Amino acid sequence: MESVKFLTQNFGRYDTSSIGSYMNVGGFSALRKAVTMDGEDIASLIAENNVKGRGGAEYDMGRKWSQARKVHGENKVIICNADEGETTTFKDRELIKNDPFNLIEAMIIAGYVMGATDGYIYMRAEYACYRPLLLNAIRQAKSYGFLGTNILGRGFDFNVHLYSGAGAYVCGEGTALIRSIEGKAGRPRMKPPFIKVSGLFARPTCLNNVESLSLVPHLLLDEEKIYQRYGTENSVGTKMISVAGNVEKPGVFEIPFGTKIRDIIAMAGGVQGGRRIQLIQTGGASGKVQAGTDEVLDTPYTYEDLQSINLTVGSGGVLVVDERTSVIDFLRMNQEFFSEECCGQCTPCREGNVHIAMFLEKLKNGTITEEELALMGSIAEVMSRSSLCGLGETAQNSLLAASRVFPEVFVAGGADHA
Amino acid sequence: MPETQEKPVEMIHLTINNIPVTVPKGTKILQAAQQAHIDIPHLCFHEDQRIKAHCRLCSVEVIGRRRLYAACSTECWEGMEVHTDTPIVRSTQVSILQLMLANHNRDCLSCPRNQNCDLQKLCSRFNILRSPLPSIVKIGHRIKTNPSIIRDPSKCIRCGRCIRACKDVQGIAALTYAHRSKDIVVTTAYNKPMEATDCVLCGQCSLACPTGAIVERDATAKVLWAIQSRQKHVICQVAPAVRVALGDAFGKRPGAIATGQMVTALKLLGFDKVFDTNFGADLTIMEEGMEFLDRLKNGGTLPMMTSCCPAWVTFMEKEYGESLAHLSTSKSPMMMFGAVAKTIYPKVAGVSPDDIVTVAIMPCTAKKAEIQQTQMLRDGKQDVDYVLTTRELIKLIKSVGLTFGDLPESDFDSPLGEATGAGAIFGATGGVMEAALRTVYEKATGKTLEKIDFEDVRGMQGIKEATVDLGSRTVHIAVAHTLKNAAKLMKDVESGTSPYDFIEVMACPGGCVGGGGQPIGTTRAVTRERIKAIYEIDKSLPRRKSHSRSAKKRTPCCTRITRLCRRPMSSEIFPNSNEILLSFSHVLSYNEARNLASITECKKERKISDEHQQHPQRVEQLHPHI
Repeated sequence: MESVKFLTQNFGRYDTSSIGSYMNVGGFSALRKAVTMDGEDIASLIAENNVKGRGGAEYDMGRKWSQARKVHGENKVIICNADEGETTTFKDRELIKNDPFNLIEAMIIAGYVMGATDGYIYMRAEYACYRPLLLNAIRQAKSYGFLGTNILGRGFDFNVHLYSGAGAYVCGEGTALIRSIEGKAGRPRMKPPFIKVSGLFARPTCLNNVESLSLVPHLLLDEEKIYQRYGTENSVGTKMISVAGNVEKPGVFEIPFGTKIRDIIAMAGGVQGGRRIQLIQTGGASGKVQAGTDEVLDTPYTYEDLQSINLTVGSGGVLVVDERTSVIDFLRMNQEFFSEECCGQCTPCREGNVHIAMFLEKLKNGTITEEELALMGSIAEVMSRSSLCGLGETAQNSLLAASRVFPEVFVAGGADHA
Repeated sequence: MPETQEKPVEMIHLTINNIPVTVPKGTKILQAAQQAHIDIPHLCFHEDQRIKAHCRLCSVEVIGRRRLYAACSTECWEGMEVHTDTPIVRSTQVSILQLMLANHNRDCLSCPRNQNCDLQKLCSRFNILRSPLPSIVKIGHRIKTNPSIIRDPSKCIRCGRCIRACKDVQGIAALTYAHRSKDIVVTTAYNKPMEATDCVLCGQCSLACPTGAIVERDATAKVLWAIQSRQKHVICQVAPAVRVALGDAFGKRPGAIATGQMVTALKLLGFDKVFDTNFGADLTIMEEGMEFLDRLKNGGTLPMMTSCCPAWVTFMEKEYGESLAHLSTSKSPMMMFGAVAKTIYPKVAGVSPDDIVTVAIMPCTAKKAEIQQTQMLRDGKQDVDYVLTTRELIKLIKSVGLTFGDLPESDFDSPLGEATGAGAIFGATGGVMEAALRTVYEKATGKTLEKIDFEDVRGMQGIKEATVDLGSRTVHIAVAHTLKNAAKLMKDVESGTSPYDFIEVMACPGGCVGGGGQPIGTTRAVTRERIKAIYEIDKSLPRRKSHSRSAKKRTPCCTRITRLCRRPMSSEIFPNSNEILLSFSHVLSYNEARNLASITECKKERKISDEHQQHPQRVEQLHPHI
């Protein structure tokens, strides 16, 4: 299997520091086309291509846009979520690095559709090296009249701002992200009010992932409906995935939906040293896990097929863990991440993470009791069903999945878990 | 006139535990459940605060949804089927409580909030017989750097109620969350002591706290020691807001007037004399009212702002140092009373001033700091020795085993227990202003005030304004409660554009009746009831103007009293006009002084033998937490 080039079609084709170079390869023609269209038609186009949000929540993007543009309010805001905090996920970085003007163009189109006046790119602090690139793109777009007032003579005003937080994972969550831009501590808040009604600076806000947004200009120009030729009936098109862990060549690949997991791993050069796969985690730290069985490896990478084996597409990260790492060590590492990144506001997540980390230590040392095993499971369940935000809800996904996939590991006392 | 058509409120139909409930659109599940007589457990939710949804204890099941919903923050939708007592809900709630307990210092038996703690009540309600999780609580020192408030982070459940009280009620935000994940704590900026921040020690955080994490600094043991020591003559004064709040803790309805029983209880506790702070309030009106008239007449700094509330005065000192001239130079009623009690009272009562112990029972934690302020000391000594909050008084009454509800009623002792209705209404927002207007009007115009009730300055509105015609000129007044509202008025005052002449500020919502030292469970709704009660007391009194007190004669000690009532922060003592001297003639007439002396003669014989007299040092040893 080969990776494809739809979303990545501009990669390497133009000088990312020059808007002229971008325009030579057809840059901003999607925007020119968009401004001749009705916003609702653009939302329908996205819906027609069955695009699901690429950040991890997998929400129907066409529907999101359609709802967002119907929200009444002044000074609406578009936010591009470039926080990309999920572990093993780095596909947005490639999009920013290789096609920054496309992202700016996509944001302007989103602004046009939503009737927004401002767009914010919230880029994770660790991507500081790409700030000059984006700032340059914004500056050039402004000087060419693609940003500012009366864009393309359509009486439409829009500006893009770049913002970086301090590097907290939880700031990828919509409400925490918004608080972070507002200069507050990046902690999620309860909903309602939903951000589409009252988001950044209490303005109606539409939040999209880098990859979701980047897709829009390409879809607008895709008159031959090439995108729809990729994928399956329910998972249309292509997807950016990042493969990491014990593979020979970790990296980002654009794959058509339906590519088998086995082929995805092959694209990344296969498992290091041809070792046995202990487990696979998709969708980053908040994703679920599966064993490296043939059944799993032969599963096509689609929303529906992954769901059938209890995995998710999520952020598009694929982590391959080979036999050198035990399931418990993997879970401990994953737990360490959440123990660090939890915001600490809500009880189940704040306290639950502490106890589960302690129980995992005991599991590792072989000193855990039956009662403690049961407690660990029930705390994980409580966290996933009653936490304030998505972080707490998904933090124990891997543990809960692992307890189903590897029941032999979750035994009391001195079980042998090499 | 065409009728304005009101948009009909959309009604939502849902079931809660299969009980059909109809609520207006926008109602949250928690409130809808109350209609079905179901109290969904909650900790971070507070009826006066914005919703936080942090504790997750109110999680309920909604049919067709995988995850549970927080009842406090989820709006009801049409056809929703809510269940509050399924196995999943119950096990989730029990788990959350157990998680909280594992990170909570469970020394409940010696906790100031024992039997008055929301967490404790919920554990009892859910029959938490054991906590299977290992304790992970970090037990450090209690933070007791100031005279008012003690914090114990090991009791904190991070619900954020204190943070909201400080930020949203007072607009101060001295308390905030710091750090994250398991390290998240409620603390001050840079972990400074509270008093070193913008905190004014109003105590609203201690009122909002569901556990023993923020409590008043307890002075009950010291007061008990004083009462029980033979040579001490212990007198107490009770603030107007205490009598309408005390009953709450003894099963009375909110706003029940318990003056008589309160006085009896205090006498049974062993106080030698039980006096009324309202007496001090009447003094305040005379001082503050005359000062206002003087400022009006002689071009003093206007608007003049009241100085009764120590939290407000501290707020001024910390935030508006340039504008201090606007503050009245009068001491607070409590401090005026204290000054009289330590100077004039001993002479007429025939007691050595060194043997007098003055205790003030206040709805307030800031008062505990006020009595220690250096500017309030006379010859290095305190005029008021101890302040007990309403909460501490409740504890004292319970500790001696008085069945409060059955107590007969008795009257305040004379004469420092006698006061007018003007003094009584000091406990409610707008009260000081109304009391002042009653006196100022008559003093300025020379006419009798017919309509004595100034309705414009009453009620829970954040900022109230009114104009009063004083004949020679119309004065504009404003009343603010909560410091957040006060700050709004201060903007104009600072810039010199304030349209007002006289401004009353009380730091706590509703005035002292909603004070930070009031019983746990003091909400705005309860505060409203107390305010009603305060005005009932005013109406029931024969004299309702501070200057209309009984005694007529001038006394030589008048000048002295005026000096006693002034805040030493003002460089010059307020010029004592004849008028003021006259107005003070009532304070201690010869008749009253004689009366006082006769009362003190029958000082009751104490039964404690010398051997059992506790030494002060011993008290410290017995109660190291004080």
